[in-house]
Amino acid sequence: MIMRNRPVQLRSVRAQQPAPHDPTAPAIDARELSVAYGERFALRDVTFSLRAGQRLAVIGPNGAGKSTLLKVAGGLLFATSGTLLVHGHAPRDHLCVAYVPQRSNVDWRFPLRVADVVLTGRTGRLGALRWPGRRDRELSRDAMERVGLGQLADRLIGELSGGEQQRMFIARAMAQEAEIVLLDEPLAGLDVPATSEVIALLRELRQATLVVALHDLAIAAANFDRVLLLRERMIQFGTPSDVFRPEFLEPAYGGCVRLVETERGRLVVHDDACAKGES
Amino acid sequence: MSAIEWLAAPLRHAFMVRALIASVLVGGLCSVVGAFVVLRSMAFLGDAIAHSVLPGIATGMLVAGRGDRRSLFWWALATSVLVALGIGWVSRRGRLREETAIGIVFAGTFALGIALLSRVRGFALDLVHVLFGDVLGVSTADLVLIAAFGAGVLLVIFLFYKELLLVSFDATHAATLRLPVAAYQSLTLVLVAVTVVVSLQVVGLALTLALLVAPASTALLFVRRVPHAMAVGAAVGAASGILGLYVSYYLSVASGAAIVLVAIAAFLFSLAIDGLRRRVRRA
Repeated sequence: MIMRNRPVQLRSVRAQQPAPHDPTAPAIDARELSVAYGERFALRDVTFSLRAGQRLAVIGPNGAGKSTLLKVAGGLLFATSGTLLVHGHAPRDHLCVAYVPQRSNVDWRFPLRVADVVLTGRTGRLGALRWPGRRDRELSRDAMERVGLGQLADRLIGELSGGEQQRMFIARAMAQEAEIVLLDEPLAGLDVPATSEVIALLRELRQATLVVALHDLAIAAANFDRVLLLRERMIQFGTPSDVFRPEFLEPAYGGCVRLVETERGRLVVHDDACAKGES
Repeated sequence: MSAIEWLAAPLRHAFMVRALIASVLVGGLCSVVGAFVVLRSMAFLGDAIAHSVLPGIATGMLVAGRGDRRSLFWWALATSVLVALGIGWVSRRGRLREETAIGIVFAGTFALGIALLSRVRGFALDLVHVLFGDVLGVSTADLVLIAAFGAGVLLVIFLFYKELLLVSFDATHAATLRLPVAAYQSLTLVLVAVTVVVSLQVVGLALTLALLVAPASTALLFVRRVPHAMAVGAAVGAASGILGLYVSYYLSVASGAAIVLVAIAAFLFSLAIDGLRRRVRRA
């Protein structure tokens, strides 16, 4: 069946009962996945699979379809053709998929405290007409402690630094008891110390399967088990050393990326000015 | 005249007592619902829903006659809920910019309302009442309707508070938690629509927006949490209702406008205080 996505629409159908995980199925299994907004394709023929606990970096120039892929995995968009299954079922049948938005898409003036936002991770499990109970609060508190925001629980979200904002969303995913965490550009706009804090935190999410859209190729190469290189079509999927080759990177980024062989190994040179010209 | 006499004098009139009760109820209700309007930046949408009530009222007058106020309420309610759902549906389709869709619905329904009203005899007076309210003409039966629907709106907000808040703050996250996002977004619009109709007699459809936005914005300057914003906003809104009616009584100005001006003055005053507070903190 072919389904059309409309640009702004968020799709969601309440799962009556979260689907049981099929232990034989991969955590994420995409087959010839294509997504179109109206007539325009955002993603074509993407095929890859991840085992539970693996960490995937999704890279590619702006407009390559990274966010679209994350939204399909989160059950927010339908595949136009092909499939993407999470633990053997459609993403929308699960409550265990957490989506961490780009920081720029969040209204930081909203009068919410860190603890309030983290607690919203429990909303799906609670269901309508029920208030968070003691267990929900404990899970939220643990999550805030784990990301190092225990002291800032009463802080307004607008008063957090960029790194703290990102850690808050990771805590929200923990409170959700997410097994798959989708992060859209979690490092965008962060300074170097905040970047390394967030990366350390992602390493700590051991049990979770991670799908992270990234711009920084060096970070993708150093911290992830698998890399998916997109430019509307899937250019390559594999381990970092499978993907970081000139024959894949150059078609993806045009002339914007060069691999330079140095004495200390291979170096990725990424021309930012060039990337900004991409839509 | 002593202060007590000054306060008690208007209360000798039964219509003023009813007007005060209505203003307090509407001021409070608008401010609670207004918290969502302000937080989701949907002031324009709220205004459009308010103006869309006009064709409903005009149709009601043509069908049931001008005098039948009870049936006008139901006509207004049906129209505003329908328009709220319609705007929600159009904006989710995403083919038009939301602003454009709202602007077209706003102007279109308002023009339709005026066209229909112009077929009703004595339409100028009706139009003034619908636009700017007629709080001094509130009957006991009107009060019962205001209280019942106001209580209904507050109950729905209480029951679905965590969902409505989550959908307002982060609709994408709400969707991954498998909440029916579109339904809750529509519910928010319907709550605004019902509030507008309930407020119609107190401030009129042209001024309802002010009561939705001003007290909630005042509260948001000072509090750090949404429930507190609703409580403080309700207090500010109710107080504006009372003070506005006294201003109206003693200065002989239109009551709806007086209430709105008091609410706006409270906001501007708070804005100035907040600015001073920030400057002091920085110094």
